[in-house]
Amino acid sequence: MKKIIFGVAFLLFFSFLIVSAINMRSFGEPTFSEMDDYFIENAQSETGVNNVVTSIVFDYRGFDTLGEATVLFTAVVGVVALFRRAIK
Amino acid sequence: MKQMSKIVRTITNLLYGFIIIFGFYVIVHGHLTPGGGFQGGAVAASAFALLLVSYGSLNIQKFLKKDLLSILESCGLTMFIVLAFLGLGITFFYNFLANSGSWFGDTAVIGINSGNMNTGGVIPLMNIAVGLEVLSALGVIVLIMAIGAEFTKKKENS
Repeated sequence: MKKIIFGVAFLLFFSFLIVSAINMRSFGEPTFSEMDDYFIENAQSETGVNNVVTSIVFDYRGFDTLGEATVLFTAVVGVVALFRRAIK
Repeated sequence: MKQMSKIVRTITNLLYGFIIIFGFYVIVHGHLTPGGGFQGGAVAASAFALLLVSYGSLNIQKFLKKDLLSILESCGLTMFIVLAFLGLGITFFYNFLANSGSWFGDTAVIGINSGNMNTGGVIPLMNIAVGLEVLSALGVIVLIMAIGAEFTKKKENS
């Protein structure tokens, strides 16, 4: 009984994957490209940076970078707390 | 961790300065070339890992101080947040120096060009802050784990 349920669920899931693979749009043509076009056209004039990736990482999505830096800081705090007997 | 042979130490002495300089190059040119704070910091921290492996964790503590690195790390993160707060006149993380004509305030030439170091507003400063933070954070992690391994080995042998 359990095997039948698992088999039916697996078949449904796999057919869903196949249908979505057939209906997938062709490579390199995103559904929405308004955001990308905005970044490519305005990043240089708005932030004055030649590297558009850096302008997104540090300017448009600065919060993301702040979170990444905080994650790294938390990792250091964790390592120092783990080895607190050894380093005093 | 004992130190490695004379050959490895000599090659390390030759190479580690170049690795650190390359890391700082990637950090400082983050707004013009591929790379940035995170990548350059990781490159410079790999030089610390090389020094640690070749000299051993007991000898390294004379010239690679973990307290100094830990202070540098806090300074980098604080600098990043302060730069983010300085744009608070308009919004958090506003690029208040870009196109202003002062520090890093030149307007960029639109299109494909080789770039100007004096552009970008707060982005080069943030790159330097994040680079400092990543470099010293990875250095501190590697150093402290090596010291901890040494400590554990000593405890097990006694």
